[in-house]
Amino acid sequence: MSETKRKKHVRWVEEPELGFWESTFVPAIMQGLKTTLKHVVDRKPVTQQFPEVKPELPLHYRGVHRLNRDEQDRVKCVACMMCATACPARCITIEAQAAPPEWPDRDKFPKSFVLDELRCIYCGMCEEACPVDAIELTHIYDLTGESRSDLMYDREKLLGVFDRTKNDPRDPVRTGRGKLGPASEFVQLPAVGPATTVPVSDRSAKSETAGVIRTTGREGQQ
Amino acid sequence: MPELLITIITIAIVVGAIPGVCNYLILLERKLSAWMQDRVGPNRVGPLGLLQPLADGVKLLLKEEVIPPHVDRVLFLIAPGISVFTALLAFAVVPFGPVGVDGAPGFLRFIIAPGIDIGLVFIFAVGSLAVYGIVLGGWASNNKYSALGALRASAQVVSYEIPLGMSVLGIALMSGTVNLEEIMQQQIAGGFAAWNIWFQPLAALLFFTASLAEANRLPFDLAECEQELVGGWHTEYSALKWALFFLGEYTHMITISFLTSILFLGGWHLPGIAEPDSAYPLAWLVKMLVLMGKAFFFICMMIMLRWTIPRFRFDQLMELAWRVMIPLSLANLLMVMFVRHFELSNWWMLPGSAALFAAWGMISASLREAERRARPGYVRRKKVEAHHDGHAAGHAAAH
Repeated sequence: MSETKRKKHVRWVEEPELGFWESTFVPAIMQGLKTTLKHVVDRKPVTQQFPEVKPELPLHYRGVHRLNRDEQDRVKCVACMMCATACPARCITIEAQAAPPEWPDRDKFPKSFVLDELRCIYCGMCEEACPVDAIELTHIYDLTGESRSDLMYDREKLLGVFDRTKNDPRDPVRTGRGKLGPASEFVQLPAVGPATTVPVSDRSAKSETAGVIRTTGREGQQ
Repeated sequence: MPELLITIITIAIVVGAIPGVCNYLILLERKLSAWMQDRVGPNRVGPLGLLQPLADGVKLLLKEEVIPPHVDRVLFLIAPGISVFTALLAFAVVPFGPVGVDGAPGFLRFIIAPGIDIGLVFIFAVGSLAVYGIVLGGWASNNKYSALGALRASAQVVSYEIPLGMSVLGIALMSGTVNLEEIMQQQIAGGFAAWNIWFQPLAALLFFTASLAEANRLPFDLAECEQELVGGWHTEYSALKWALFFLGEYTHMITISFLTSILFLGGWHLPGIAEPDSAYPLAWLVKMLVLMGKAFFFICMMIMLRWTIPRFRFDQLMELAWRVMIPLSLANLLMVMFVRHFELSNWWMLPGSAALFAAWGMISASLREAERRARPGYVRRKKVEAHHDGHAAGHAAAH
């Protein structure tokens, strides 16, 4: 960018001028003290008393993984390695084995499926990638273990998570057997509620794609 | 009762009470800060979290004391001790109750060392020794953050010592003594209208501000600012040694609060309740509570200020000391000299202080303007017409 062009684009903004009273600090400090005092006297804490009060999590919360079972209680996973490939943290290790002949609907199944919950960043990419909806993230957020190896979740542990959460209304089994994943069920992707409001001029608000923040900020009425 | 025994009892009371009080001040600080931020604060140990200080104390006692291999062991171990020692020593001449009032039990004297004629000078002399604790601790830690913190602390304490001492010199001139009990006694004898705050409001402001800086409290806590220096000079300290530094800091706070209330707010005098001739039973207790209440008010003020205003930048800190507070405290001293010399009424000092306060505002406004002019890319500001519909009010930038 040339010098003149840059000058045109850079807008020099100066801090607001301080007058006499601001320069003495005293009224400003008094005003601040008034604000803090107001909070001390009239306080409305938003703190949750955690062990007694459990947090109300949003429905799309991403917690500990589970490996789903199909209607015959077999592990749904077909060991296609899609999740392990998609995983940005590389926390999934799958060893595939040829499926026995009495399972005609699949070629492979996971002999071992180890997910390192400590490496995982809970991004949900595995869930997105899975073509048979075998891996899903649940609402379990208070994951603890006494050692690192405790948190290397193998196939049995992950199936155990499924058994624990399948009847929880917050963690429904999202697809039926034989269907494609949830992504296939939408004709149009639903709009996701924005985390924060953005002004109309923002790039993300102008996008025509479904599922992207389209919101009206304060300047929305213009 | 023998003098020695009384002194020992008083020392025992003070040394026993101060760590406990400091502990509960920390709880108060945590609670107040939590309330200001719409949080709950410590509430797990005991009812309303009232046993939290005990739990903290036990934790700090039982914690592992880490002494890193790269430190200068001797100085590293001495530093926290110096911090506490000087803070407690300064408290020795501070009267914490009605000294010499009839009716109080004989073993209670409310001051460790009574009748010290150099009281104020002693406090400042010993109080500024506290910086040795910080400097030695920071230097002995052999760590860049600690060294930087210690450097900042020493520069800050050296700078703020001057306005601190200068602002109370006016009071020393007015009362003709630096004996704290004497200064308190004169205000009490004169009644409500003789409180020094009426004659020296500016000095009170300067004193309080400078003492915040002395105690390394926010907004002047550059020596230990967590965001830049991890923990400043106590980065390498843990467990009880770290607690000792804190004890020193909070003791300093207590001393300052007592000093401010004794020097400027008439000590234990409160019109209608604690007068020199009030003779109802337990009057001494009420008087003690009045003085402690005043001190408590200032402590609360310090805590509130801490959570209200952001930290100064280092150059702003130095500017405030050298370009504003020192000239102002000098001018204040000159004003007192003038009034005393020409034997004018003390009340002349009130408008005088107001005029000096106006000078403060003008000095700092012009300093800020000068700083703005010196900036690269400075453009003279255009007058902006105020838009009454509230639009585009901030377009002050000249093309």
